[in-house]
Amino acid sequence: MRTYAGHSDARRSNELYRRNLEKGQTGLSVAFDLPTQTGYDPDHELAVGEVGKVGVSIAHRGDMHTLLDGIPLDQMNTSMTINATAAWLLALYIVAAEEQGVEQKKLQGTTQNDILKEYLSRGTYAFPPGPSMRLIADTITYTVQHIPKWNPINICSYHLQEAGATPVQEIAYALSNGIAVLDAVRERLEAGGQTDDGHLMGSVFGRISFFVNAGVRFVEEHAKLRAMAELWDELGREHYGVTDERQRRFRYGVQVNSLGLTEAQPENNVYRIALEALAVTLGRSARARAIQLPAWNEALGLPRPWDQQWSLRLQQILAYETDLLEYPDIFDGSKVMDGLVAELVDGAREEMRRVAELGGAVEAVDYMKAALVESHRERWRRIESGELTIVGMNKFTSTEASPLTADAEGGILRVDPQVEADQRAALEHWRSERDQQAVDQALQELARVARQDHENIMPATIAAARAGVTTGEWAQTLRDVFGEYRAPTGVGDAPALPSQEVAELRGEVERVSEALGRRLKFLVGKPGLDGHSNGAEQIAVRARDAGMDVVYEGIRLTPSQIANSAAQEGVHVVGLSILSGSHRELIPSVLEAMREAGVDDVPVVVGGIIPEADAAALREIGVAAVYTPKDWDLNRMMRDIVALVAERHRAGAAA
Amino acid sequence: MTRPSPDGRQLAERLRERDLSVAPAVLNLLENRTGQSRSQADDLLAAVSPAALGGETPGHVVGLTGPPGVGKSTLLSRLISAWRADGRSVAVLAVDPTSKRSGGALLADRARMDVDAGDRAVFIRSTAAGGRLGGLAPATRAAAAALSAAFDVVVIETVGVGQSETEVADVADTVVVVVQPASGDVLQFLKAGIMEVPDVLVVTKADLGQVASRSVADLQTALRTLDARSAEVLAVSAVPPATGIAELVDGLDRHRAGLDLARRRTRARRMHALADFAAEHGERGLRALSGRREAERWLSAQAPGLDVPALTRALEERAGR
Repeated sequence: MRTYAGHSDARRSNELYRRNLEKGQTGLSVAFDLPTQTGYDPDHELAVGEVGKVGVSIAHRGDMHTLLDGIPLDQMNTSMTINATAAWLLALYIVAAEEQGVEQKKLQGTTQNDILKEYLSRGTYAFPPGPSMRLIADTITYTVQHIPKWNPINICSYHLQEAGATPVQEIAYALSNGIAVLDAVRERLEAGGQTDDGHLMGSVFGRISFFVNAGVRFVEEHAKLRAMAELWDELGREHYGVTDERQRRFRYGVQVNSLGLTEAQPENNVYRIALEALAVTLGRSARARAIQLPAWNEALGLPRPWDQQWSLRLQQILAYETDLLEYPDIFDGSKVMDGLVAELVDGAREEMRRVAELGGAVEAVDYMKAALVESHRERWRRIESGELTIVGMNKFTSTEASPLTADAEGGILRVDPQVEADQRAALEHWRSERDQQAVDQALQELARVARQDHENIMPATIAAARAGVTTGEWAQTLRDVFGEYRAPTGVGDAPALPSQEVAELRGEVERVSEALGRRLKFLVGKPGLDGHSNGAEQIAVRARDAGMDVVYEGIRLTPSQIANSAAQEGVHVVGLSILSGSHRELIPSVLEAMREAGVDDVPVVVGGIIPEADAAALREIGVAAVYTPKDWDLNRMMRDIVALVAERHRAGAAA
Repeated sequence: MTRPSPDGRQLAERLRERDLSVAPAVLNLLENRTGQSRSQADDLLAAVSPAALGGETPGHVVGLTGPPGVGKSTLLSRLISAWRADGRSVAVLAVDPTSKRSGGALLADRARMDVDAGDRAVFIRSTAAGGRLGGLAPATRAAAAALSAAFDVVVIETVGVGQSETEVADVADTVVVVVQPASGDVLQFLKAGIMEVPDVLVVTKADLGQVASRSVADLQTALRTLDARSAEVLAVSAVPPATGIAELVDGLDRHRAGLDLARRRTRARRMHALADFAAEHGERGLRALSGRREAERWLSAQAPGLDVPALTRALEERAGR
């Protein structure tokens, strides 16, 4: 039992962890900030506004030491949500343990280390697919041999569901991802001259765990987990020759769904979370090893310690008060459950075959991304049409004022903006105090190993951690060797869904475009390091369906890139999406950059998890409109945008 | 507009002074279909015509086309870096296929190009093809003519193979077709005569080694049998470590240096006028000119220095419109 936690700097997070451990939490789940996750130092241009925001900033071994100070690492199970830079953070963890006098072989924990879902949904990738898979394979082969109790990879189907995956897609893409990882490891073992005596692949297979999602349709969700377990066991047996049954067991942790959590009447989320928790605990034969529950107010902003405590208590009530854990599998022999499982297994097999035909999960990233965007669009269409009921959002919407969100900050945590400045200063100090020659040598060695396809990256990475290299330096060295990468946006040419409302919208877009003299052009931008692009993608697709020319460049753009694109492309309106909470820093920067680029007459609308107080401040500095998750009706948003352009250009505003 | 419409002649003047910052305003004007903007656009084009300039615009207009997914954008990113390292300014006109049903389009090419946003000497504009798959956007020809007055290189990037390079050939000084190794399409199209022979053929993914070099050899053989010895075939790898980019830059320069530019540009202006005429007056208009071929023949007898608006007016007079 643990809650995903970490914010600001190492010292503040360390205090938080110690408090949580005192309250009965049994392990650590470390949340890193976006610069750490994407391999940038706190003083990098892209890090502006993001330092310490969605997690803790860890720039070097000194930060890691502080983070874990006073926490006995030989007894701790630590889960780190880290992917592109997993090899690096694992190295820092190993070095921090060393400093505590704990040998690496005693360490227990998990690095998420799953890159494909970063391309598909979460967006915190750093390197192209080939080198990224190599880093994953390297950490797996390293830990299997040196840190036997470490889970080197946690394949995430979680974020696929957040990106709109149906249960069949979630199963199929997650398992295809697993196959890609296993194949990459096997290839490296063979290339490294290590012939498999049958045991090595078995231990690798046995160390792979999953991180799944559980939605509110909890009966089907439970069936999904049973289906995954069945298919995983079969894969181990038939494709990788794993003979030990325990190694073939489908081991998974879970974070219940945030996609279904609503900003409207957020207190209802507590019920949703409880029901979702049942999906992963009801049947013993497919029960989660670790559960992580989101806080009720995730759709509003960053949860406070009290919100997290509330989530932890739910798990404790399930475990200690209910009789859930007292029985063998309660679905054993259930025709309904078996039928559901069989259906999902069949569907997933079919979809896995399609991915395999495309050359496997790495090659099929474009295909899977487009399929997810399409599924998400379908889900959104069902919400808008009322086919899918979401209580408090598209049905039963009248409500009393909530006392939970009544305080001045709207019931969320604020990160002190001073943290970013402090981290920059601390980093400068760190750089001036270290042995620069040792750092340069370590980075040279890292670059050399990176260029050698068959050498494991871990020893050079651990040496770099010891030498005092920073997160940004480690990642930049690898970027120089591996190249930069931009994941597909998935917003391709899929046909628009016919709907009366969209047809009406097209009429309006045509009319305004006629008056403007050229087609209404809309830039959808995601400034900063936040990679949660699902919302921006849906906006881009809907605007296209409504007849606009849409410029969408994907994630991780600097304010100057956005302003430059707005100017060069001659757009009529700019839409910005930010979910990481850094809107207070980034939006003003974009507006400033647009002024410099001479396009401050182009109206800007903003969407994201933005508290009302912040929304008012944004409108104050010139943002034309602010949308939050409660504005789920995309057509209405499009109508607003068309009317906004018409008004600014006096181009025959819609009737 | 919230800001006053720019004057076509003033924009042309700034282009002639090589003021690159004027590019967005030039495109906004050229894309605009309102009557007032059309006449401003005519003024602009007339002001960058050979008659006004005393010669052709100096920029090198390069057409870059090929099947989807072949790596055009990555290749273009590398080319842009190479040109910039050489001190040349670059404008890119990226033409995206339009989603037909709604008229809207997702313009994603920009996202695939990895360039320095702070570099004022690189201009990228994405446009929808306007319903004609693989075809050019209505304003692309005009934009190429205008921007080549200010930028050292103007690239027109389009998707497709078989037809699009024919249209690009009407606009560009140098046509580059990009192909993947071991993909037979281009070879088949060339042999069957469906596709006009480009000036430069680029085989990507040279890092694939043998597969790529075999494709280069196959294409060279095909070109020999077509007696098209002037076309160059080059292999490049756009992923790090990139190879063949410098050779490609040289190849493009070589083609341009050996070109009868005035002749090519004159043809471009005539085809541009015909395209504008057809867009305005449709099939019926073309019939009044006794068909496209006859119109082309008639155009080829007109004075070479005529600008596009003048040629279009001449066509309209002839068609009695």
